[in-house]
Amino acid sequence: MTITELSADDIESLCVGATLLGTGGGGDPYIAKLVARQALEKHGPVKVITAEDLPPDAQVLTIAIIGAPTVILEKIPAGTEFTTAVKALSDYLGEAPAAIMPIEVGGLNTLLPIATAAEMGLPVLNADGMRRAFPQIEMTVFTLGGIPAGPMSVADEKGNLCVFETTSNQMAETLARTAVIQLGLANAISCYPMTAGQVAEHAIADSLTYCRDIGRMLESVQRNEEGAWDRFLSETDSHRFFEGKIVDLDRRTTDGFARSTLILHDLHGSDQVMRIEVQNENLIAFVDDEPVITTPNLICLLDHETYEPLTTEAIAYGNRCHVVGMPCAPEWQREGVMELVGPEAFGYDVDYVEMPS
Amino acid sequence: MTNPKNQRRIGIDVGGTNTDAVLIDDQGAVLSSIKVATTVDPLDGIRDALRAVLEGQDASLVSRAMLGTTHPANAIIQRQGLDKVGVLRLALPSSTAVDVGAAWPQDIRDVVLGPTAIIHGGHEYTGAEIAPLDEDAIRRLANEAVAAGCKAVAVSGAFSPASPDHELRTADIIGDEVGDALSISLSHQVGALGLLERENATILNASLLTVSHAVVYGFQTALAANSLDVKAYLTQNDGTLMTAEQAAKNPVLTLASGPTNSMRGACALAGVDDAIVVDVGGTSADAGILVNGFPRESTAAVEVGGVRTNFRMPDLISIGLGGGTIVRDGPDGLKIGPDSVGYAVSTEALCVGGNTLTLSDISLAAGRLEGFGDAALVAGLDGDLVSRSTGWVDDQISILADRMKSSRDPVPLLAVGGGAHLVPNAIDGITEVARPSHFGVANAYGACIAEASGSVDKVYSYDIDGREECIEDARKAAAALAVESGADPEDTRITSVSEIPMTYVPGGGCRVVVKAVGPLR
Repeated sequence: MTITELSADDIESLCVGATLLGTGGGGDPYIAKLVARQALEKHGPVKVITAEDLPPDAQVLTIAIIGAPTVILEKIPAGTEFTTAVKALSDYLGEAPAAIMPIEVGGLNTLLPIATAAEMGLPVLNADGMRRAFPQIEMTVFTLGGIPAGPMSVADEKGNLCVFETTSNQMAETLARTAVIQLGLANAISCYPMTAGQVAEHAIADSLTYCRDIGRMLESVQRNEEGAWDRFLSETDSHRFFEGKIVDLDRRTTDGFARSTLILHDLHGSDQVMRIEVQNENLIAFVDDEPVITTPNLICLLDHETYEPLTTEAIAYGNRCHVVGMPCAPEWQREGVMELVGPEAFGYDVDYVEMPS
Repeated sequence: MTNPKNQRRIGIDVGGTNTDAVLIDDQGAVLSSIKVATTVDPLDGIRDALRAVLEGQDASLVSRAMLGTTHPANAIIQRQGLDKVGVLRLALPSSTAVDVGAAWPQDIRDVVLGPTAIIHGGHEYTGAEIAPLDEDAIRRLANEAVAAGCKAVAVSGAFSPASPDHELRTADIIGDEVGDALSISLSHQVGALGLLERENATILNASLLTVSHAVVYGFQTALAANSLDVKAYLTQNDGTLMTAEQAAKNPVLTLASGPTNSMRGACALAGVDDAIVVDVGGTSADAGILVNGFPRESTAAVEVGGVRTNFRMPDLISIGLGGGTIVRDGPDGLKIGPDSVGYAVSTEALCVGGNTLTLSDISLAAGRLEGFGDAALVAGLDGDLVSRSTGWVDDQISILADRMKSSRDPVPLLAVGGGAHLVPNAIDGITEVARPSHFGVANAYGACIAEASGSVDKVYSYDIDGREECIEDARKAAAALAVESGADPEDTRITSVSEIPMTYVPGGGCRVVVKAVGPLR
């Protein structure tokens, strides 16, 4: 039996893991942590199931927050926008959901589906479409698998909602963004409706427990437990590429994205310089102008002393950090991945770099 | 009217243990300084410190007095003297997924939180109303709060820093309903963007109003008792000034002024604008860095008494290394700290006839410490132990300094505090180690030299108005606010500009935060 339960106690570890998988972006999971904790305290623990626990034709619906992280800090979720979005899509499809699934296990959107599942009395499906943070709806393994993002629903806390039919996942992104600008930039979205059979075939399996487990491993590292750091690196197939100090931080606002460049000097005194290019998330890391880690692999910064994962917003001059490269979920390794989420998808003229084995 | 620049100033720092006062002339030179014990009633300690520092001085030449105090901070840490507060959040139908006071420690919730209500009101990012303000709900909450024994109400509306009108109307309605029975704290006067953190800060602010009024009353009474007819100011978290009247209403903005005053005071006493400051006490060493005369601020959320706020505080690193740190040498090798005899070093250390080997004894044996203890009592210490211990200390201080540095460029380091003798004279990447005189009153000196400020935190649309124009607008607005707070327009300067792009917000939305600072006119 694969069914486990998530309780308020797991939220802390999930939050640490979600910050790491946010790879610098994804929105600060702190508010989501409070939302999830309140929902679990009110409605009790949530069952965590896998796609195989459901009949293949069971309806699975996703939920996520969509808007602007800076707006969400002021416009805290009501909770009802998420259940409204799920119910609207379920009504449109004429199928009641058997489970709620995250699409983005990384950042803010990791924990919100747990709150929605608790509120609706549904299990949460232990899978997602990214297992890291990405900035756009179409940037999922579902797109690679040919799963349409539509029909999808977008709802606010006041009762406004829309259901969209879309011709491509890029169009789903465009339409959803257009709607949320009118709806206050802190909204709920339910997209990629799938059957349990489709989830089993296309989704990244076990991503919530993966997130909780890396959170737990990092918490062990933070408590200075013997061998915890090596265990974290080996269990996640990660490598530490650099130990450096932030010496320059250039934030630019060329278009809708928070673009920035981080420059790190080697902590151990060599002349090596690391540069990290950021668009919401950390996308490419160079050592002395040679790319060493590229999207869709994860570039994670951790505080050198406390091993707290660092978000781009929290980074300041002088921060000392470990730069860790973590391979993306293996489900990303299929045709079309580079065009969708590789360096070229973000406008960089840089070739994808394999992670060292 | 005489030019106030030619007049003298008094700075007072009320710490947990001591109250320090310093009198300076128009050139910043210290004319007299004094340390007295801190008292429970702020009035007594401040009055005594003022009397002592003015001994033999002409009080009529003093034009200003600046106070930095830990009274409000201690009230929160000790959960004492805090008022019960009614809480209104203007945000419905949004925000119900996170209750008021979520993630607060239970003990402070019990003391501070009275009736709370999340009601219709607040604004969207566009400035439109989320919902019309629910005036009946405001009246209900005000009456409930009075009935529950609350002395104040904290009001926080979504996006109130940009659209304060619902909060202002709420204050009027509460006043109409219950008169003076409730003091009111409005979130847009207290904090920046981030509703939950701003709400937390506003609740803490409201609960501190009785304490802050006692502090300000005590300060003004103590000034009058010493025949000082001067302008009275309190120092804020960022090292700039508020008038005493403003401070009585916004105590939460003064909570962290101590470390800021200490660092700014130490640097001013040493005559530098950029330096690492290492404050070594009995138990710990705290390091911070000053850039252009102001402490680098931490980017992490700051917790006050276990409650998360969005204040910016000086970025400090603390390590367990102080004058009272215990040194042990055994079969497993040398073990230093992190435990310490703390302030008892003056009776417990070997060099004063005590029984514990501390880092002060090591410093004395190594010839670094003068004026404390009897060198004969540590003459028998093993020379190898002493050099291994000083080697450990030097390594720790060197790592601490490097962690604080922003770049590879060498900077000076200021060593202050009772354990400053532990800081070696030569450190890699440090141009020089300075030990400013009068550093014992660095906090009070820092308060004395504080300037007026103004800041702007506003969301602009770069695509519509242009980036340069938006930043210029924010700079002008910040400078105007600084002048309004008393800064000299001739000498007002912009000390920080930060741009926080609002991802996904149309029109090139960008939050611009600008601070301007200038000396008092």
